[in-house]
Amino acid sequence: MKPFVDIHDVTHVYARAEDGLPAVRNLNLKVGEGEFAAIVGPSGCGKSTLMKLATGLQFPREGTVIVDGRQVGAPVKLAGMAFQNPTMLPWRTTLDNILLPLEIVEPHRSRLRRHKAEYVAKAESLLAQVGLKGQGHKFPWQLSGGMQQRASLCRALIHEPKLLMLDEPFGALDSFTREELWCVMRDLHAAQKVTIILVTHDLREAAFLADRIFCMSARPGRIVAEREVAFPRPRDLEITYTPEFSELVHDLRGHIAQARRAA
Amino acid sequence: MKTKNQLALAPWVFTIGFFALWEILCHVLRISSFILPAPSTILLAVWEYRTQLAYHAMHTLWMTLAGFGLAVGFGLLLGMVLGSSRLINAGSYPLLVGFNSIPKVAVVPILVFWFGVGWVPPVMTAFLISFFPIVVNVATGISTVEPEMEDVLRALGASKRDIVFKVGVPRAMPYFFGSLKVAITLAYVGSVIGEQNASNVGIGNLLTRASAAFEVPLVWAALVVLAVLGVVMYAITASVERSMTGWAQRSQMAA
Repeated sequence: MKPFVDIHDVTHVYARAEDGLPAVRNLNLKVGEGEFAAIVGPSGCGKSTLMKLATGLQFPREGTVIVDGRQVGAPVKLAGMAFQNPTMLPWRTTLDNILLPLEIVEPHRSRLRRHKAEYVAKAESLLAQVGLKGQGHKFPWQLSGGMQQRASLCRALIHEPKLLMLDEPFGALDSFTREELWCVMRDLHAAQKVTIILVTHDLREAAFLADRIFCMSARPGRIVAEREVAFPRPRDLEITYTPEFSELVHDLRGHIAQARRAA
Repeated sequence: MKTKNQLALAPWVFTIGFFALWEILCHVLRISSFILPAPSTILLAVWEYRTQLAYHAMHTLWMTLAGFGLAVGFGLLLGMVLGSSRLINAGSYPLLVGFNSIPKVAVVPILVFWFGVGWVPPVMTAFLISFFPIVVNVATGISTVEPEMEDVLRALGASKRDIVFKVGVPRAMPYFFGSLKVAITLAYVGSVIGEQNASNVGIGNLLTRASAAFEVPLVWAALVVLAVLGVVMYAITASVERSMTGWAQRSQMAA
């Protein structure tokens, strides 16, 4: 498979970093098209930096970042993003929040006004897919945290991005809601054929969702281990209770513990 | 429902109570009406001078609204610029703060040199005194956009302009309306100062003349008229705020 995201030997230092220490050093990572990749690591290991590099919000000091066959030199425009904080705009209804990216990205930006109904229908079908059917007219603050996070996923997907970047999107949710959203995410990935990079602290989450898991070291971050996850799809939550699953999680945990000790 | 009625009644009860107390104290302590007229005396004066007061009050209202309008337009624009550029923000703050520290009453003579006596100095004073809170609040609202929100939009290729207009400005609206409530009362202060020093009409001018002639009840009557105008304009601003930014007023504290 040809890599869709290819981060090659990247070292990045933030201009604002006071100690001048790189956030990531000699980072190498390849994610194939349509693949679901997860990145796990101790906190502060540069996972968010990796997100910014892959979406063109930051440019590497050294090395190259190639997304969709092109070297990244500007925001990539084909990415959707979701964060731990759903960041819905409180003055817009949930539906209008979801339509927000279309007001920015071409060609939708110039089409939105005349083809509003078509886009609204699409947003509503996305809402139905994440289990929020008919909730679009509500304001985000009338929704629970888990529902806001679902809406935030819809917003990340409305412009049919080729790359979806998720930065601990389920980190602030209770464990039942989190497992529900894993299944939502699994189904969205199966339906949309989008390449996903999920940054997470939750090893079970990574093992359940991803095709490929990267373990990062402590800052300055680099990849210390890469695991393919062979569980067949579609996966059921039950697999998280199998010995093979526990073994994988245990193995990942070992790498993270080592990375933490090294720090 | 009971608390809602109580809330609606509270301003009236407090206000009437305040004036009743004032009235009683004046009578009990036998305070001379030259020092502190009782509310009843002031009310009589308001009635007696009603045509004169109405004429001057209308003039002051216009001066205030014109100055306030300028302050809103200019404040919004400058606030947007300061909120979206850290460089301009950092560069211009000393100038702005320095300017705002100058007592505006000291600026009125300069305005008279420039524009002469008339309607310009009161309008300008009202403007100069009331734009600062608007600038600061709009700038704060825009510059505190959540970084995640900014990332979401920038990754889609949004320009700085897109982010300011789609997120920054709507987000700053509660701050903006909050500042309008401060600005509208300041604008009254400004226009009255301007009229006192550089106008032949308006409540400010009336105050100057009445105090020179020791017409104490008229002075108090003019002050009461100003206060009432201020409260009315504040209430209008607050109701516009509620209808425009209801989304921001959903906390239990605000209810």
